Amino acid sequence: MSSDGGNANAETLQNASTLRSEERRERLTFLGLSMPAVLAILIVVFLPIFWLSSLSFYNAAGEWSMENYARIFESALYRRTFVVTFQISIVVTVICVFLGYPLCYWLTKMPNRTAAILMVFVLVPFWTSVLVRTYAWLVLLQRKGIINSSLMSAGIIDEPLQLAHNLTGSIIGMVHIMLPFLILPLYATMRNIDTDLVRAAVGLGSSPRGAFWRVFFPMSLPGLFAGIVLVFILSLGFYVTPALLGGGRVQMLAQRIESTITVYSNWGAASALGVVLLLLALAMIWLMNRVFGLDKLFMR
Amino acid sequence: MEQVGQRKIDGLWLTVVGIAVLFFLILPTLIVIPMSFSGASFLEFPPTSFSFRWYTAYFTSLEWMSATKTSLIAAVMTTAIATPLGSLCAYGLHCSTPRIRSTAQILVIMPIVVPVILIAVGVFSLYAKLGLNYTLTGIVIAHTALALPFVIVTVMAGLQNYDFDQELAARSLGASRAYALWTITVPQVKFTIQTGAFLAFITSLDEVVISMLVSGGDNATITRRMFNSLRDQLDPTIAAISTCLIVVSIAALIGVQLIGRSKNVDK
Repeated sequence: MSSDGGNANAETLQNASTLRSEERRERLTFLGLSMPAVLAILIVVFLPIFWLSSLSFYNAAGEWSMENYARIFESALYRRTFVVTFQISIVVTVICVFLGYPLCYWLTKMPNRTAAILMVFVLVPFWTSVLVRTYAWLVLLQRKGIINSSLMSAGIIDEPLQLAHNLTGSIIGMVHIMLPFLILPLYATMRNIDTDLVRAAVGLGSSPRGAFWRVFFPMSLPGLFAGIVLVFILSLGFYVTPALLGGGRVQMLAQRIESTITVYSNWGAASALGVVLLLLALAMIWLMNRVFGLDKLFMR
Repeated sequence: MEQVGQRKIDGLWLTVVGIAVLFFLILPTLIVIPMSFSGASFLEFPPTSFSFRWYTAYFTSLEWMSATKTSLIAAVMTTAIATPLGSLCAYGLHCSTPRIRSTAQILVIMPIVVPVILIAVGVFSLYAKLGLNYTLTGIVIAHTALALPFVIVTVMAGLQNYDFDQELAARSLGASRAYALWTITVPQVKFTIQTGAFLAFITSLDEVVISMLVSGGDNATITRRMFNSLRDQLDPTIAAISTCLIVVSIAALIGVQLIGRSKNVDK
C-alpha cells in the first residue's frame, strides 16, 4: 500500500468519525428535546407508583413481608372485590361489543359525509365530562326518574325499579362511558377495510351473510380487539361511575384502594391491591401491544 | 328472491340498532341541558317550568365560583405547560432513532393506560412529603403529566404527515436548526399543536380522580366539589354547572373542527 492511499484512508476515517460524533450529538439534542416531557411523566406517574409498590412488601411493623399479598387471597372481602371487579368489567365489555359492533358496521355502510355527521353522536359524549354523564344517569335512573315513570305510565311495571345505587346502575353508566372507547378504534379499522373484497366474495357465489362472516368480520378483528382491551383495562380501574351509581353497594378495585387509604389509612394493603391492578393492566397492555401494536396509536 | 328479503331484514335490523345506540350515547349526555332550566326545586324531566334559578344559584355561590376559578386556572396553566413540552417531545421523538422512539412511545402513553386511581394515590403520597397537596401547583403538575400523552400523540401524528425535507432545505440555505423549526415546521403542524392544546385543556378541566385526592380547601377543583355533592344528593345546581361544562367541551370540539377545515381550505 502506498503512503498516498494511507493518507486518503486516514482522511476518510477522520471524516467518518466527525460525522459519527456529529450524528451522536444530533441524537442527544433530539433526546434532550424530549426529556422534559419524559421526565415529567417519569416523576409524576412512575416514581410514585414504584414507591407505592414497594410499600406493599412491608407489614404494619415495618418489616419486610408478604403479609399484604397473603391477605388479598385470604380475606373474603378482598376476594369479593376482585370477583366483582372482573364480573362487572366482563359484562360491560361484552355489552359494549354487542352495541358497538353493529353501530360501527352500520356507519361503514353510510356515505362518508353522513357517517362523519353521525360520528358527532359518538364524539360529543366522548368529550363530555364523565362526571356530567354519570350525573345524567343518576337523574334518569332514580326512583322517580324518567325511565321509571314512563315504564309505570305505560303499565309495564307497578312499582318503580331500583335502577340507580346498585349494580344495574353501575353497569348502565359504565357502558355509556366505555362505549366510545370501543367504537373509535373499531370504526377506524372498519373504515380501512376494502369493501370490494366483500363484493368479490358475493360475486363469487357467497351469501351476503357468509361474505360478512368470512371476509369482513375477520378483517375487523384487530380494531375490535383493541377496543375490547381498552374497555376492559379502563373498566378494571374505573372509579367515578361505580362509586356514584353504585351508591356504596358496588365495591370495585379502585374504590377499595381509595377507601383503604382515605378511611383506614392502610397503605400496605392498598398498595398491594394497587400492584395487582397495575400488573393486570400491564398484562393487558402487553397483550394489546403484541396483537395490535401500541405504536398504531401514534398514527392516523 | 329470498336472499334479497333476507338482506332487507338484515339492513333494517342494523339500522334500528345503529340509531338506538346513537341515541343511547347522545341523549343522556344532553339531557342535563333542558333540566338545568327547570323552575322546580327538585330534578325533573321533562321540566314543567322554565327558569334560570339554578344558573343564579351557581353564579352567586362563592364556593362554586372559587372551585370554577381553580379549575379554569389549572386547565389554562396545564395547557400552557403541556403544549410546548409535549410538542417538543413529539418533535424530538420523531427525529430520533426507531429504537429510542418505540421505547419512549410506550413510556409516554402510560399515563393514559395506567389506572388513574394508582396515579392519584401515588401522587397524593408524593405530595404529602413535598407539601403539595391542596395547592394549585400540585394540581397543575399532576394534570400536566396526564395531559402530556395527548399532546405528544396528536403532534406526532401531525409530524408524520409533514414533509421533513422542507426543514432540511431551510437549513441547507443557512437557517439554524431552531430557526428552521420555528419558521418552517411549527406553522405547518400548527393545527395538530392546537388540537393537542385543546385536549390538554379538556383533560385537566374534566379530571376527577386525582383532583379528588390532591385538590381541596380553597383550591378544590369544580370536579371535586361536584363529586362530593353528587355522593350526598342530586342538587339541580349541578345540572347548570354540567351544562356549562358541556358547552365548553363542545365549543372546544367545534373549535378544533373549524381550524381543521380552514386549514384544509388553504391547501
